[in-house]
Amino acid sequence: GKTRALDPMLKKRDDFEDILEERRNSSDLKYALRCYTPVLYKGVTPCTSSMLKSMVLQSDQLHYVINQVSKETGKATDDIKEEASAILEEMAQCLQLSTVRFFAFTLSKAFKTLFRSICVNEDGIQRLQQAIQEHPVVLLPSHRSYMDFLLMSYILYTYDVALPVIAAGMDFMGMKFVGEMLRMSGAFFIRRSFGGDKLYWALFSEYVKTMLKNGFAPVEFFLEGTRSRTSKSLTPKLGLLNIVMDPFLKGEVFDVNVVPVSISYERVLEETLYARELLGIPKPKESTSGLFKARKILSEDYGSIHVYFGQPVSVRSLAQGKVNRCQFNLVPRHIPRRPSEDIASFVNDSAYRLVRAQEENMVLKPWVLVASLLLQYHHQNQAAGQKRGIALVTQVVSSSLTLHRGLVRICEDKVQLAVEQDITTYLSTVFYYIAVILLSCASYRNQALHVFVRPALLALAIHTASSNQKQEVFNSFSFLRNMFSNEFILCPGATVQDFEEACYLLVKTGALQFTQQEVLVTERGHRTLAFLSTMLDPFLQGYQVVCRFLCEEATETLTEKQFIPAVRKFIKKLLLAGRLRYMEVLSSDLQKNSLAALLRLGAVRKMKG
Amino acid sequence: MASNSSSDRQRIAQQRLRIIAGHLRAPVDSDSTILAAECKAQGSKTDVSSERKTVPRRRQEILKWNGWGYSDTRFLFNKKGQAEFTGKRYRLSGMIIPALQNWFEGTFGASVQHKSPAMPILTSSAVQPPTLNEAFVDELKSTGIPCSHDAEDRVFRGHGHCLHEVFALREGKVGRVPDIVVWPNCHNDVVKIVELACKHNVCLIPYGGGTSVSSALECPPEETRCIVSLDTSQMNRILWIDEKNLTAHVEAGIVGQELERLLNESGYCTGHEPDSMEFSSLGGWVATRASGMKKNIYGNIEDLVVHVKMVTPQGVIEKGCQCPRMSTGPDIHHFIMGSEGTLGVVTEVTMKIRPMPEYQKYGSVVFPNFEQGVACLREVAKQRCAPASIRLMDNEQFKFGHALKPQVSSIFTSFLDGLKKFYITKFKGFDPDRLCVATLLFEGDREKVLQHEKQVYDIAAKFGGLAAGEDNGQRGYMLTFVIAYLRDLGMDYYVIGESFETSVPWDRVLDICRNVKARIIQECKDKGVQFSPLSTCRVTQTYDAGACVYFYFAFNYRGLSDPVHVYEQVEHAAREEILANGGSLSHHHGVGKLRKEWMRETISDVGMGMLKSVKNYVDPKNIFGNRNLI
Repeated sequence: GKTRALDPMLKKRDDFEDILEERRNSSDLKYALRCYTPVLYKGVTPCTSSMLKSMVLQSDQLHYVINQVSKETGKATDDIKEEASAILEEMAQCLQLSTVRFFAFTLSKAFKTLFRSICVNEDGIQRLQQAIQEHPVVLLPSHRSYMDFLLMSYILYTYDVALPVIAAGMDFMGMKFVGEMLRMSGAFFIRRSFGGDKLYWALFSEYVKTMLKNGFAPVEFFLEGTRSRTSKSLTPKLGLLNIVMDPFLKGEVFDVNVVPVSISYERVLEETLYARELLGIPKPKESTSGLFKARKILSEDYGSIHVYFGQPVSVRSLAQGKVNRCQFNLVPRHIPRRPSEDIASFVNDSAYRLVRAQEENMVLKPWVLVASLLLQYHHQNQAAGQKRGIALVTQVVSSSLTLHRGLVRICEDKVQLAVEQDITTYLSTVFYYIAVILLSCASYRNQALHVFVRPALLALAIHTASSNQKQEVFNSFSFLRNMFSNEFILCPGATVQDFEEACYLLVKTGALQFTQQEVLVTERGHRTLAFLSTMLDPFLQGYQVVCRFLCEEATETLTEKQFIPAVRKFIKKLLLAGRLRYMEVLSSDLQKNSLAALLRLGAVRKMKG
Repeated sequence: MASNSSSDRQRIAQQRLRIIAGHLRAPVDSDSTILAAECKAQGSKTDVSSERKTVPRRRQEILKWNGWGYSDTRFLFNKKGQAEFTGKRYRLSGMIIPALQNWFEGTFGASVQHKSPAMPILTSSAVQPPTLNEAFVDELKSTGIPCSHDAEDRVFRGHGHCLHEVFALREGKVGRVPDIVVWPNCHNDVVKIVELACKHNVCLIPYGGGTSVSSALECPPEETRCIVSLDTSQMNRILWIDEKNLTAHVEAGIVGQELERLLNESGYCTGHEPDSMEFSSLGGWVATRASGMKKNIYGNIEDLVVHVKMVTPQGVIEKGCQCPRMSTGPDIHHFIMGSEGTLGVVTEVTMKIRPMPEYQKYGSVVFPNFEQGVACLREVAKQRCAPASIRLMDNEQFKFGHALKPQVSSIFTSFLDGLKKFYITKFKGFDPDRLCVATLLFEGDREKVLQHEKQVYDIAAKFGGLAAGEDNGQRGYMLTFVIAYLRDLGMDYYVIGESFETSVPWDRVLDICRNVKARIIQECKDKGVQFSPLSTCRVTQTYDAGACVYFYFAFNYRGLSDPVHVYEQVEHAAREEILANGGSLSHHHGVGKLRKEWMRETISDVGMGMLKSVKNYVDPKNIFGNRNLI
């Protein structure tokens, strides 16, 4: 069936097509064995995985770094070369169609039991096909689940699009068999941290660039670096983006097409896992047996997935007027250099723009709004001692309710969260159980936050500003925006733009009016503003609590490692004492973000040693 | 070489010329019907008479006023739609070129049915009446130096051969042109003219061969003074030849083909052969830092010049000796070379000369792709064994060259061609849409040439290159001389185009070629050009540290309201792309006014300051007011 997603601005969006529909009506085996002939990059130089490796090892870049390392460490260059070759062996993918076919078969089976539908915008696929022929392509999917990259390759296989090579974390390698399987389906593995290891960095970046430049395959990685446990987009990591933009900036390719992909899960497989992790219940190490234990997941219903392939973004046009490419004219391009200031800020800006593009194309289900309201009611009820719920209205909502029956209950035709109101009465065993439900629920609300965050910040700013002078409101907005810029995706340097967007939206909805100097809340605007600022309230409270903790409890000897457990203990105490409303403040994500913000703002200082 | 008796010398020279002429004449059994060396107007090498052939003062008598080259020579599509090259001057003249129409229509989406003819004659009402500085004119006339303010004479000297200049002429549009043209006959005439110009504050613009492609000859529209075009064409004598030192002292107005012809009469040559050598002048070469095709043997203009005399408003600048090298501070020649007429007029030059080569041989190598070709040229440069000329054409240009094959007379030839094609594409597996060709020109004594040839072919073989015969090589060089005529043909059918060049380090060659060509295609698309343009390049010179790259681009402008503007935007974008890819602003065309905007980033603020302070000292009243360069 076709569904159409509309964004709040009512821009025309592509139609979605359910790719599982055909899988349910025809043979999976035939599908897995069908003829696969993707179109390739026009300038492709045919090469095998092993040729790639030798190209990397023989590159000028690597020669240079090997000599440099040899000079610094006194090791023989041959030894370093061997070391390099071993690292590359550990890193490299070896994409094999047979493995992809195996996955195509097994995943078909699994997806059909797990999901109701997997909807893909076919126009996006067509744009991608076109982009792949023209220039090297980088795929940037959002990252909410382990599923993501298998799902991506599955979809591309389905549509006869060139299969990507995927940057994956080393932790997968721990799973012996699975690791190799993933390698054969195009994954290449990167160590999580290799700080000052020049050789590793050179190998890794050269490997990625070589694949990209030759048009070997689209390169796929996750801008957010890791799976978001909160359903909010994470602050983008710049390392890989720097690497894939480099060939364009240095003129080694005419252009690079970057394609943001938004994968929206109606219900993430890792739902409770994430909540537990955020609460400090340690994440199980990825292991093959662990994966099989996850089989019980297979018996559950995870609703549908929407995958939106965004408009390809040309790095050339992104860089137009922002980067002076002549800066590479005076030093041989194979000598590694720190990116200049203009390039660093260009890559950073681009990263934010691309994450925003991912956010904008996410598909939000009505349940996301229901979850937002339920959370708000829950906390208001808690204060008022009432039991209020949302009237059961449409079928759409009730369908999501069955999907999320672990989180909600229906009581006298009203929907409520499946938790008691008064947390102070919780036994400590139940405490975490409840917290898991609240955090899970919050993660659904978070999906909608990128839509609301700018007007919500404005609502909050109006609330906290000392007057309704426009300048005052802007200052307060600017402060809050700055404070929360580790928490939400707020493009650097776009304060004025964001402010204007927020004003525009609130004026348009009739919540605000502007005079020459002042910002006025209209009669009916109060409710809107209250809703919006309540949305951010848990974050505001959370940051305040962290500050309180740092003021009251932190000592000189507080280490980064101790911070989370200590602040968690502090928060739990407040919650149980009834002095704090929001259990989601227990989220380690929020705590880390607030610490990072305070560090950035210079309120806290990091001391070494 | 030096012979004591001049009759002896004459005899040796005559003999050598006969040998060379023998080589240059097409052998009877050869399949080749054209010879590149003879793409220059005939009568140069085979004509041993010492009768002087000068460019007349009224250039319009032999040259086109609104296009390239000789009036009697042009490409046209005849009634049958076949391309023909008219006239008798070139080897290709009078021939049918059967493949050109197909190539032309296929490449540009143009049609020989759709003509865009030029205005046939210049209407003198289109030319603004001259602003004459009466006092200056009076005094000038009293010196007896010829001058004219005839509209045709003035228009002829108000432009070079940039696309926008020629396009405007074809439409009969004329902007600001010089108010008066003077023809000095010698150095002293120039001294007088410059003195008068200073005295009466008129603007002087030196004019040599008029082949500029940098808007250097355009009169600055903001110039309110009387503009005097100083045409050096009548200063065209070789004043002396010094065989002991192998130098010749020459007046700067001489054009390349004339210089070579006259030197050849004495058994010498300069070996300086820029593509424009039929028309461009020695003084122009010095003023723009020209480069010749055979620079690998003879060097570029800066290597060839031993002594220069230039008349400036401050007086005459020259060195006091004719020494091969000096350590006397910055070389003052380098203020003169590349000054583009902003400091003064070059009047006399002492140039190195060489005995004429005994033997010349063309050659060509086909490579499976451009990458391999560049790798080969790099290796040749590394081993410092480049032949007199080595050029690598990309696939598009290779096809272009093929479209210029004249009608073959024998079935045998076309059979051989078919066989060659079969061998390369089918047997050797070269993709006809990827292969590219390097053209070679060897020069020297016969044995060494053959030895050299083997060395180069051996290197080529290491990069997958296959020797592809002399014919292909010759045709490659011919393209250089006829390309400008071809542009006029294109302009008759809604196709406009231009070439431009750069120099670039070796490691950037492939990247710059790819990116600039792609940029041109993208910009054309963005600017609404309906049919994908011709965007092609060749590597034309090799150096130790890099290469010179030449780009051609042309497109069908039907449906565009302002084709020249689109063209200029695309060219601008292409130059930006060149600079972003580590290429230079110019290898030998110069800066003029067309590329001025990029000078600062090219030579830094301090560099600009240095040039400006020289200008301020030499010419504080901006008498040489063409406003080129800085």
